[in-house]
Amino acid sequence: MNTNELIDALATDTNREPSPTRSIILAVSLGSAISFIGLVATIGLREDLGAALYTWRFDLKLAVLALILALAFIDALKLVRPTGQHLPGALNSLPMLILLSAVCLELTLLPADVWHSSLIGSNAVLCLVAIPALSLAPLLSIFVAMRSAAPRCPMSTGAAAGRLAAGIGALLYGLHCFDDSPLFVITWYTLAIVPIVGIAAIYGRFWLRW
Amino acid sequence: MLHKPVDLSELMRTANRGDAAAYRTLLEALSSWLRIVVRRRLERINRGPEDVEDIVQETLLAVHLKRHTWSEADPLEPWVRAIAHHKLIDALRRRGFREHIDIDELTDELSVPPDAESNAVGDCHRLLKTLPDKHRKIIEAIAIQGQTAREFANSIGSTEGAVRVALHRALKLLAKAYRRDEP
Repeated sequence: MNTNELIDALATDTNREPSPTRSIILAVSLGSAISFIGLVATIGLREDLGAALYTWRFDLKLAVLALILALAFIDALKLVRPTGQHLPGALNSLPMLILLSAVCLELTLLPADVWHSSLIGSNAVLCLVAIPALSLAPLLSIFVAMRSAAPRCPMSTGAAAGRLAAGIGALLYGLHCFDDSPLFVITWYTLAIVPIVGIAAIYGRFWLRW
Repeated sequence: MLHKPVDLSELMRTANRGDAAAYRTLLEALSSWLRIVVRRRLERINRGPEDVEDIVQETLLAVHLKRHTWSEADPLEPWVRAIAHHKLIDALRRRGFREHIDIDELTDELSVPPDAESNAVGDCHRLLKTLPDKHRKIIEAIAIQGQTAREFANSIGSTEGAVRVALHRALKLLAKAYRRDEP
């Protein structure tokens, strides 16, 4: 087959797939819906959700997780294109900086003898299990959407998918979890999220090649 | 340099509205440019021209199958360059070129006059044979025998829509065959 013949075939194929932005938005919605149903059907939302919204620790927890999710979402939309560039690293480390500042504040607010119990919390093991579990459906659907795109660097695109999915999982779990102290969040949420991002990066390297 | 200035981004936008002639013009312009760029890159790493047409075809196929990842608000050229860069490195790695590949961003002028080599046969033909019968036949009929989707549909008692869906699938399989191929 010479190149002109190939062009004949390409010009006949009028099937153009939906834009990666659309596919990823769809995947995020679908994955989040599945995980939300999973959350409500199993461990459920925390009973004092309404009251918790009036506490700064809970609000800050949700805000940081939402920020992780939002930055990963923007990154993912950029990275799935052949010309894709990362968001600046400083922007991507913003959630961690906010969390570290909150930890400092927390240490000044709490007497030293409750630091330990705030750090360990009541639900650490559940946190490590539930966040990956709630990230699974979003991760799969996002990967499927990204497969039809053309990422410049499959590995960092996989990592962005991991951050996005883990952000969704962590945010949903945050609606269940009673432990709102920044000390708890920075320890256990991070321990739950980092392996998801790592695994997603490795999978991305192989699965998102094109 | 150009004889007649062509706005490639505008061609692609027109093609996206369903103008097959504009799309064909675009692909022809891109293949001429790619042929020159790829040959030059291969020369630079002391490789002969025998792989040129093959890499051109693989890149065209990627441009086609991934054209939904180009945003109409952007210029087309950086996007095409990025795809060509990606595919060139990929193709060289598959050919066992493990040294540091010194291919910077492709900066060559994108608009070039067509040259004479467009009839060179690429490796496609060998890869085509690895496709399932159904998909191989549809590419052969439309590309090599020059049938339209409708003519092919009539000849096998199918619908034009079904043939187009199958053609898209067949081209995706062909792209996959390239990726798996270790010559």
